[in-house]
Amino acid sequence: MAGVRAYGLIAGMWIRSTMAYRASFAMTTFGSFAATFFDFVAIMLMFSRVRALGGWTLPEVAFLYGLSAVSFGLADLVIGSMDRLGRRLRDGTLDALLVRPAPILAQVAADRFALRRLGRVTQGSLVLGWALTRLDVDWSVGRLLLMPVALLAGCGIFCAVFVAGAAFQFVAQDAAEVQNAFTYGGTTLLQYPPTVFGRELVRGVTFVLPLAFVNWLPASYILGRPYPLDLPGWVAWTTPLVAAGCCALAGLAWRAGLRSYRSTGS
Amino acid sequence: MGAGRLYVAVALGGFRRYATYKAATAAGVFTNTVFGLILVYTYKALWDLKPHLGGYDQAQAVTYVWLGQAFLSTLAISGGGVEDELMERIRTGDVAIDLYRPADLQLWWLSADLGRAFFQLLGRGVVPFVFGALVFPAYLPTDPGTWAAFLLAVLLAMLVGFGIRYLVALSAFWLLDGTGVSQMTWLLGYFCSGMLLPLNVFPGALGTVVRALPWSSLLQAPADILLGHGDLLRTYLFQGAWAVVLLGGGRLLQSVATRRVVVQGG
Repeated sequence: MAGVRAYGLIAGMWIRSTMAYRASFAMTTFGSFAATFFDFVAIMLMFSRVRALGGWTLPEVAFLYGLSAVSFGLADLVIGSMDRLGRRLRDGTLDALLVRPAPILAQVAADRFALRRLGRVTQGSLVLGWALTRLDVDWSVGRLLLMPVALLAGCGIFCAVFVAGAAFQFVAQDAAEVQNAFTYGGTTLLQYPPTVFGRELVRGVTFVLPLAFVNWLPASYILGRPYPLDLPGWVAWTTPLVAAGCCALAGLAWRAGLRSYRSTGS
Repeated sequence: MGAGRLYVAVALGGFRRYATYKAATAAGVFTNTVFGLILVYTYKALWDLKPHLGGYDQAQAVTYVWLGQAFLSTLAISGGGVEDELMERIRTGDVAIDLYRPADLQLWWLSADLGRAFFQLLGRGVVPFVFGALVFPAYLPTDPGTWAAFLLAVLLAMLVGFGIRYLVALSAFWLLDGTGVSQMTWLLGYFCSGMLLPLNVFPGALGTVVRALPWSSLLQAPADILLGHGDLLRTYLFQGAWAVVLLGGGRLLQSVATRRVVVQGG
């Protein structure tokens, strides 16, 4: 577990460095909170005009939003700095990480660790909390247990997307923005009910890039709503397996990407 | 005459500079298309329930979505214009070189930003818009006069957009690190320009306020003209007034700022 130790040390260093400018930290944390806050304001404005979207009420959509925002926020906090890899590839500073006696993935993931991203997690948690007070869920042990499982597995799925995106940057170089479509685009997509989207899109997000396991399937199970593709309820419980599979594939992609790396310069 | 040629050359330089990064442009097109897809499905669900929400029909709402995606980078609504570079030059002191040049600081950066904006409109804006218009039933006026009037509104939007971002950039003369201010501005801009939801859907007093703010010149004003909403002359006057106020304010702030400029470093 040298990777975890290295990650902890580097992240700790960045936290100490951030805390040297406390006012700036407070402002950027608030900014991170506000960034996603407006997303939810837009959803509330939509609901000021309609009672339900795709058959889902505001508390139900808020539940989706909260699950997606917390899962994504945690992944973004833990590993979100990976999108800086493109810059390191361009200017050749990845070489410095290659010679250090610690796993490259841990070093890249902890690079410029940004505690301010807690702002996004906080905002998502507040929405999720509000949704839970408004929803009339028929809680059972299974449903209660699925909540933390879904949040952690969702975080795992988004982490896999971040790592796969970073691996893609070895090939893509300047096209790094493509990964935003899957990370930020993914969490935006999941904020809305699956019934809103076209069937092909829902199929793609369920079977090809399994983002649906972050919240659509678990939320459908917890809220007792049918999932648009007529999948049986127990599928929601495969979320941890799906997350593990995604992480394994992303790890393979990362290895392949790192192996193909050729430093810039001579 | 000579001065005019200089600024045209700067604008062309700005255009060519952004045109260099073809892979990045393609990646941006892809990302804008994905976000457009997500948004278009949510809007369709919304307009299915309220067919004349905000005075738009569903086809007009579809057009609005793709216009927003076309304008996101063109008008640098969520950042990414020349202001980042100008702020960095102010922070490092390189702005002294700009001030030393026999050219006006504001006009220089305005030209560079217009060059960038035109490239982004053609390179990043057109493709998602055409894709959206082909795949979804969109409203497209057949009268060439409407398109000409729309293009004039886009040009005014470019001026207003730059006016806002130039003021933000100049704040770096006082704050040195303008990250916080620019982050807040783009968050506010993203929401108040109608990127999340058309401003005519905003309810009550909030709707009145956001429609009076300068950001409504960016996306809402050109969209209204293309979609045959609102009075042409009034829209131009609104945009023009904000352009004059913001660019005039920028000029004023610039003269104050340059009088107190302290060049960092040796």
